Amino acid sequence: MSKTMTPELAPPRAVLDQDWGRIGRFGGLIALSLIFVALSNMPVSMETFDLIADQVTLGDVSLWWLLLVAGFAVGKEVVLEGMTTHARGPRDIVAGACTGAVAAAGLSVLAVLIDNFDLRDPLINWSPQTLEKLSLGGSVGSGVVLWLVAGAAIGGVGGSLHVLSERPRRLFVTMLVSVFLIAILETVLSDISEDIALEWLADIVYAKRGGLTIVGVVLVAVLSGAYSWWGRVRAQEAKERFQSLEGADRTRGNAIAFGLVAVATVVLPMVLGGITNELLANVGLFVLLALGLNIVVGLAGILDLGYVAFFAIGGYTTAILTSPNRGESWPDWMPDTPWFAALLLVMVFAALTGLFIGAPVIRMRGDYLAIVTLGFGEIIRLLFLSDWLGGYTGAAQGITNIPGVNVFGLTTVKGTNPQAVFYLVAAFCAVAIYVSWRLEKSRLGRAWMAVREDESVAEAMGINTVNVKLMAFVVGAVLASFSGAIFAAKVGSIFPTSFIILVSIVILVVVIVGGMGNIAGVIAGAVVLIGVLGGPKQPGLLQEFSNFKLLIYGALLIWMMLQKPEGLIPNVRRTRELHQEEFLQDAWLRGEIDTDADPSEGGVAPA
Amino acid sequence: MRHKAAPRTGVDWFLLVLKVAMFSVIGFGLFAFVLQQIDPNNWLAQQINDDATGLTADQFEGLIISGVSQGAMYGLIALGYSMVYGVLGFINFAHGEVFMVGAMTGMITSNKLLEAGAWESNFIASLLFIVMVAVVVSTLTAVVMERVAYRPLRGSPRLIPLITSIGISFFIQNVSVVLLGPGAKAYPDLPDWWTETQTIGFLEVQRTRLLVVVVAAVAMGALWYLVERTKTGKAMRAVAEDKEIASLMGINVNRIIVTTFAVGGAMAGVAGILWGIMFRSVVHTTGFLPGIKAFSAAVVGGIGNLGGAMAGGLTLGTAESVAPLLILEPLGVRGVSQLRDAVAFSALILVLLVKPTGLFGERLSADDRA
Repeated sequence: MSKTMTPELAPPRAVLDQDWGRIGRFGGLIALSLIFVALSNMPVSMETFDLIADQVTLGDVSLWWLLLVAGFAVGKEVVLEGMTTHARGPRDIVAGACTGAVAAAGLSVLAVLIDNFDLRDPLINWSPQTLEKLSLGGSVGSGVVLWLVAGAAIGGVGGSLHVLSERPRRLFVTMLVSVFLIAILETVLSDISEDIALEWLADIVYAKRGGLTIVGVVLVAVLSGAYSWWGRVRAQEAKERFQSLEGADRTRGNAIAFGLVAVATVVLPMVLGGITNELLANVGLFVLLALGLNIVVGLAGILDLGYVAFFAIGGYTTAILTSPNRGESWPDWMPDTPWFAALLLVMVFAALTGLFIGAPVIRMRGDYLAIVTLGFGEIIRLLFLSDWLGGYTGAAQGITNIPGVNVFGLTTVKGTNPQAVFYLVAAFCAVAIYVSWRLEKSRLGRAWMAVREDESVAEAMGINTVNVKLMAFVVGAVLASFSGAIFAAKVGSIFPTSFIILVSIVILVVVIVGGMGNIAGVIAGAVVLIGVLGGPKQPGLLQEFSNFKLLIYGALLIWMMLQKPEGLIPNVRRTRELHQEEFLQDAWLRGEIDTDADPSEGGVAPA
Repeated sequence: MRHKAAPRTGVDWFLLVLKVAMFSVIGFGLFAFVLQQIDPNNWLAQQINDDATGLTADQFEGLIISGVSQGAMYGLIALGYSMVYGVLGFINFAHGEVFMVGAMTGMITSNKLLEAGAWESNFIASLLFIVMVAVVVSTLTAVVMERVAYRPLRGSPRLIPLITSIGISFFIQNVSVVLLGPGAKAYPDLPDWWTETQTIGFLEVQRTRLLVVVVAAVAMGALWYLVERTKTGKAMRAVAEDKEIASLMGINVNRIIVTTFAVGGAMAGVAGILWGIMFRSVVHTTGFLPGIKAFSAAVVGGIGNLGGAMAGGLTLGTAESVAPLLILEPLGVRGVSQLRDAVAFSALILVLLVKPTGLFGERLSADDRA
């Protein structure tokens, strides 16, 4: 709403008229983060990763970006209608500089501590290089001074972003982020450029020993800057034009966009190398899982923390049916079923498991349900792991020798051929997307959403809540079991350790970060998180962060819940539910709600 | 709480069958156990499990004692879950991590004390010291958690804070990995006197286990005094009953909620030290399973009910220690000790199916019972 009105700006406040408490709080928080980063060994372990050749390493950036964020965040103000808003000025720069200095002071304290005490004992990651890094090459004393100056300077730059008007600010941020992204994705981008015969470009942009060249930095900065300055507005307009399309035009537009994505999905793996295809296949497996969980959590609003159970059921059923190495307790006459035939049984079995786990829990309170499903997930893993059922499931040794997928005698899809695996996963993802999309629009989908919004009301409207929720479990279970079946064929062997609770949580993070209840959001979440950071056991693009990825997942989950519970690409209806109070307030401000009116006369205007 | 006599649906029938099945497994297992105890070679026992040997009195005693001491620990952690659920109405999934932080702090402090030589020369004082440090750190963790993550979410849909707490749990675990490394870390050896057994009447108990039970009892007593006999406790009960009315009565609701988290954190810190003394090893995942089991204990005892939490902890601890050998082994299940955790979760499911309000009744405000 703030966009529609230009508030009258009051003159900027005096430089020393600061909110010192806020500066202290932010500075302290960032200081703690800096100390944590320093003790996590990030600055040292990422020292070898050059972002800009011979100039800037990832290790440096791991500390500096926090200072920049500190300087910017401290000056952030909520613009409220009807309240005086001051123009930005030197005050913001000073605030940023002070915050940066406070944060840097915290880091200096750490440097002094390390210099004087042996912290190695509990804190295993501390090393003499950390101290060297923290004292910036010189003595500890000079390092402290340098850090204070650098902190104030970087914080000041962060604060000065508020002084800039929107367009140059966006220019600066876009340029900075693009350079960082292009630099950090070096390995992948140069791999891809080899595959599509753009090697010469990669040679210009990247230095031989890693990192962007100066030419590369300038090139990336100019291009992204140009986009931010001129292209962004047009892209926005094009997007709005697309969104304002209606009826047949809209359908055609959607079909074209969908066709483009489909063509890209088919063509891209052909030009990409094996490692990238492997990555894409892993992403696909998680897309499938996330789409399934999206139906359970996103549409029906059931928080299932044991979702990995269905993934495990899919994997194990496939393994037992197709592998000649299944446990010794199975009768000898059991044939080695082909994968597609096994899939039918997998579906049936997954659906039954969905019913079995779903039935006891659906009447429970939402939070009890979460813990009990988590318990079921663990019980199923423990049963697969136990010696009791070891004759059937191979216990800790798992089941090996799972043959690949024989596609009509044409080709065999297995782990050694990641491209084929990707196509197989993509086909199943397409099915899952279609099913999710049709279900969302169906009677059942509307019933799920009704149950999610208010169960008692849904029941009063004649929805059989029990059956509807069970259906969510079943559909989710079947989708997860597809993923498990492909996973078994891809890896060729299956162990209980692949099905720990962590997997459930990571899928949950993917669904929530992407946007609960939104198919596109969930897919984007899986691509970004699993592709870039990696899955519980699968490596992602950023190998450097593999030690920190679970930490990042946890932090992301907290941050999303606090800031944007509806996810990055939200579902409109879901957003309304989560921000109901704010929507009502806005409506009240616009005068659509008459609080004095008698509610029985319908005081609330349709929002 | 449905009072209408709904017609039995397929789900009801299924649940009935499930309940009957679970109870008959328990009953049949116990029956088989008794048969084996009478004579492992009698015909019926042979039919059920021909290589069963039954338990000696000493083994049985050992199982009960380890179950009770473990259960006392679950009970201490469960208090935190129960109190927070009573006051705020959501599961603080990260409470298990507060317990882990306590155990980790104890590990670091006790190793430092060992280096300084105080651990052996003055064990009792060192123990008190590490308990103090662990309590302070755990309490701080719990309070910071409330302030940073839960307070901004008050009033949002009830699954939102639950999901946040999963994130926090994940985050704290991995902070520990990043700072302290992923390996298991050992507590220093206890003085010999503590690892020996003590005879009380006809029971022979390892002294560490005795210590665990005594400390848990003392902590429980202190908590009971706080909640039932002090003004703060009265305010806590009032806030649990109805936050709005409580604030109208002049109670600072925010402060009471922080106090609740702090007390729960302190209990978890004590439990962390007890864990360290009993198992002498701690990893970043130490908090996860005990945390979930403690929550189960809180549910088993009736959530919001503090005495129930302790009783639930003892019940669950004993069940998990005894049931595999008492019920599953006689039925011919191999490798029963691997199924301990599965038994604990099954107990939770069983209690929720049969008596969702817990064995001793839940104490929640009207809103949270929905």
